[in-house]
Amino acid sequence: MTEIRMRVNGVVHSLDVEPWVSLLDALRERLGLTGPKKGCDQGACGACTVLADGVRINACLALAVQYADKEITTIEGLAQGGELHPVQQAFIRHDGFQCGYCTSGQICSAVAMLAEHAAGMPSVVSGSAARAELTDAEIRERMSGNLCRCGAYNGILDAIREVATP
Amino acid sequence: MTTKHAEVEQRAPYVGRAVDRLDGPAKVTGAARYAAEHPYPNLAHAALVHATVARGRITAVDTAAALAVRGVIEVLTHENAPAMKPAPALSMLNPSTMASGTSVNYLATDEVHWNGQPVAVVVAETPEAARYAASLVRLTYQESPAEVDFAAAEPNAVPQKNNPLQSAGADKGDANAALAAAPVRVDLRFTTPPHSHNAIEPHATTAVWDGDDLTVHEGTQNIAWVRQHLAQRFDVPARRVRVLSPYVGGAFGGKTMIWAGTLLAVLAARATGRPVRLVLTREGVFHTVGGRTPSTQRVALGADADGRLTALIHTSVARTGRVGGGPEQITSASRHLYAAPNIHLRQNLVQLDLVANTVMRAPGESIGTFALESAMDELAWELGLDPIELRMRNEPANNPVDGKRFAHRMLREAYALGAERFGWKERDPRPGAMRDGRWLVGMGVATAYHPAWQLPAKVGVRLTADGTVVVRSSLHEMGMGAATAQAQIAADTLGVPMEAVRVEYGDSDLPPGPGAGGSGQTASAAAALLAASHKLKRSVFALARHAPDSPLRGRRLDRLEARDGGLYEGSAGETYAAILTRAGRDHLEAEAGPGMLGFAAKMLRDRRNWVKAASGAQFCEVRVDQDTGEVRVSRWVGVFDVGTVINTKTVAAQLRGGIVMGLGLALSEETLVDRRTGRVVNASLAENHVPVHADVPRIDVDWLGDPDPTMPLGLLGVGEVSITGVGAAVANAVRHATGRRILDLPITLDKLL
Ligand code: FES
Ligand code: FES
Repeated sequence: MTEIRMRVNGVVHSLDVEPWVSLLDALRERLGLTGPKKGCDQGACGACTVLADGVRINACLALAVQYADKEITTIEGLAQGGELHPVQQAFIRHDGFQCGYCTSGQICSAVAMLAEHAAGMPSVVSGSAARAELTDAEIRERMSGNLCRCGAYNGILDAIREVATP
Repeated sequence: MTTKHAEVEQRAPYVGRAVDRLDGPAKVTGAARYAAEHPYPNLAHAALVHATVARGRITAVDTAAALAVRGVIEVLTHENAPAMKPAPALSMLNPSTMASGTSVNYLATDEVHWNGQPVAVVVAETPEAARYAASLVRLTYQESPAEVDFAAAEPNAVPQKNNPLQSAGADKGDANAALAAAPVRVDLRFTTPPHSHNAIEPHATTAVWDGDDLTVHEGTQNIAWVRQHLAQRFDVPARRVRVLSPYVGGAFGGKTMIWAGTLLAVLAARATGRPVRLVLTREGVFHTVGGRTPSTQRVALGADADGRLTALIHTSVARTGRVGGGPEQITSASRHLYAAPNIHLRQNLVQLDLVANTVMRAPGESIGTFALESAMDELAWELGLDPIELRMRNEPANNPVDGKRFAHRMLREAYALGAERFGWKERDPRPGAMRDGRWLVGMGVATAYHPAWQLPAKVGVRLTADGTVVVRSSLHEMGMGAATAQAQIAADTLGVPMEAVRVEYGDSDLPPGPGAGGSGQTASAAAALLAASHKLKRSVFALARHAPDSPLRGRRLDRLEARDGGLYEGSAGETYAAILTRAGRDHLEAEAGPGMLGFAAKMLRDRRNWVKAASGAQFCEVRVDQDTGEVRVSRWVGVFDVGTVINTKTVAAQLRGGIVMGLGLALSEETLVDRRTGRVVNASLAENHVPVHADVPRIDVDWLGDPDPTMPLGLLGVGEVSITGVGAAVANAVRHATGRRILDLPITLDKLL
């Protein structure tokens, strides 16, 4: 067992974890934060997406002990002072989900994706072009690590587009 | 619903509007708790050990290494597990007997029936310890010969038997002779692979025993079946089993039956005296939960020179497991779509030593329409006729196989509207004639068709003295917006604002809802909800009509309008709250829903008189890379006849969702079974390719909005119709783009090189 201190959604937790415990299991099973979902536990679906220092990661592929000194944000930490994050509101308005199981991951992923884009990070769609315009094709490409078997992709795109376009 | 007053017409009904989902806030904040997310003190975690041979017997079990892992509580195998009762025999009088995913009595037998069958369960203090220990359980097998290769077994298929719900075939006239005599004909053989539901939530069960009382958190499409099945297998009265399923993380048919994980979680909890959670690994889902059968199909069409069909032959072979599973209505759409005077339909089956197949979104129709609608398109090419025109020339007045009346038939309208929205007239009919740089552009159409079902359901409605309404039924919410739709209906029929309505669902302690299957949940619950609301209004009115100071005194219920939170005739009337308060009642409640036998009798009568179905026209544009054969779907229009639409927002989403799954069926999805070992080879979401964001274009869906006169509220169901026809629309667009007819799904680029 290793005792680690982890800052999650602004709160510091100290917990004992074996070195093989994934960040996802630490959040879900030890801290009771079940917002991040486990769809595959293999890095293939994106349901477990959380933010580590603002960067999106698959929590199922991360070891908890590696993230001891990072600021973790889960879906539970996106709303501020009782007010939903604009991406959360847009998902409701544009019906960006059905069963809801991929939704936490989609929303965390979208929040970080918009930040990546704002920071000038390229994608395969824009190639090396800096500051590519955030077209529908860009959004789709950059969100393709998050599967939605309910097929809510059109609604998700509309939600992200609305937040991205002031 | 009868006389409309001016005041009422001012307030538009909720039915037909775009309403945000009631569970939206819970789902976007992560507050919604799914089956694996309920904490219990002293909770233990279970993991499965899967057989590694396709058929045989376990000859030795070695659990020593697993038991030595720190935190392991118990390793259950057939040598030490308490026995469950065997799965019940099928009975038409008790639909819950259909609930067994397989007939195997897990951990009560040394027999292995498929590669991946659970043969041991490890229970441990942590999920990590359980999984690690499961990998250390050593089993020795004596193998027996197994049949696992569908292509090899398929020539030995036997005809499927008819049952009261499903026809295994049909014959009208002499289709073979008519085909031989036809001046124009096509005769094609199609193959479709196994498909997996791939719900993003893997199956999970949290099971808690308290004496003989069992609580189960489970994502299911049929709460009543889970309850009755568990009661039977564990030999306790059904009322002592509580099933909680408020959130289901996707299902698509995969959470209809009861599979091994559910049973073994409950068994492990029984054996260890601990609350137990069992979450299937992604691989475990492929090993223990069935999917869509593969198929081979023949469609042969004969026509005269004008394109009028003279013969329609559609035959199929599908597989079940030797220990469970069932047939699919693969030729069903061929019974209903075209006015051929000679028809021959036949479904055949083989049994293999694989996990039982099961229902998956539009079982039968999804792959059956791929074959039928591809063949129709090929016939259009043979005839040099526009494929929509060919369909219109063969649009029947009555059901082709037996002359029954259609309750609703609007395919002409669907095609007309779809063609306009899609810009069908821009299509250059010559193959390969439309290009966009290196991309060959193709346009295709196909018909969507899915029967409309109504299932027995009970709904309770409670009115409280503060004017709130609670709709109570164990509905299933897998993402269809079920609760939101019922809240809209309740608000309209009781004349209250939606904010005053709460829906309680997903709990076996509620009045039993319909199973979520056959696209029938909303219509089935609506029928009971309307009946219960009517009863409720009667009892409210009974309280008012003799009250000396009630404005409703001496009036007649059938003249009253439910609106503004009460009952009114013109401007005279009062609120429910006022009536209940005067009568000193804090609430009133009514429940309605048919009995099983009466329901079955009515359904059979109904099916003798009518053919009921949702249908639609699918329009697809593809781009095919001229060098690599890569297919990209660039545009989609689907126009559907689904009767009444309750919530335009969630219906659009559900229709799109079916189309997206159809794109996977068309282009990428295939669950590969090793022909030597019977093991699923691509048992992961990385290698089982479901559509991702980048695969899905803007999908334009629309509906005709005409209520079906024979269904509750005019609803025909939306969950499944939109996946039907998708495979063919894509294949037909590829044919147009490239001149190549692909008969074998999925249409991967190697097939176009
Ligand atoms: S659960 Fe982490 S990517 Fe699927
Ligand atoms: S909403 Fe169900 S998987 Fe995306």
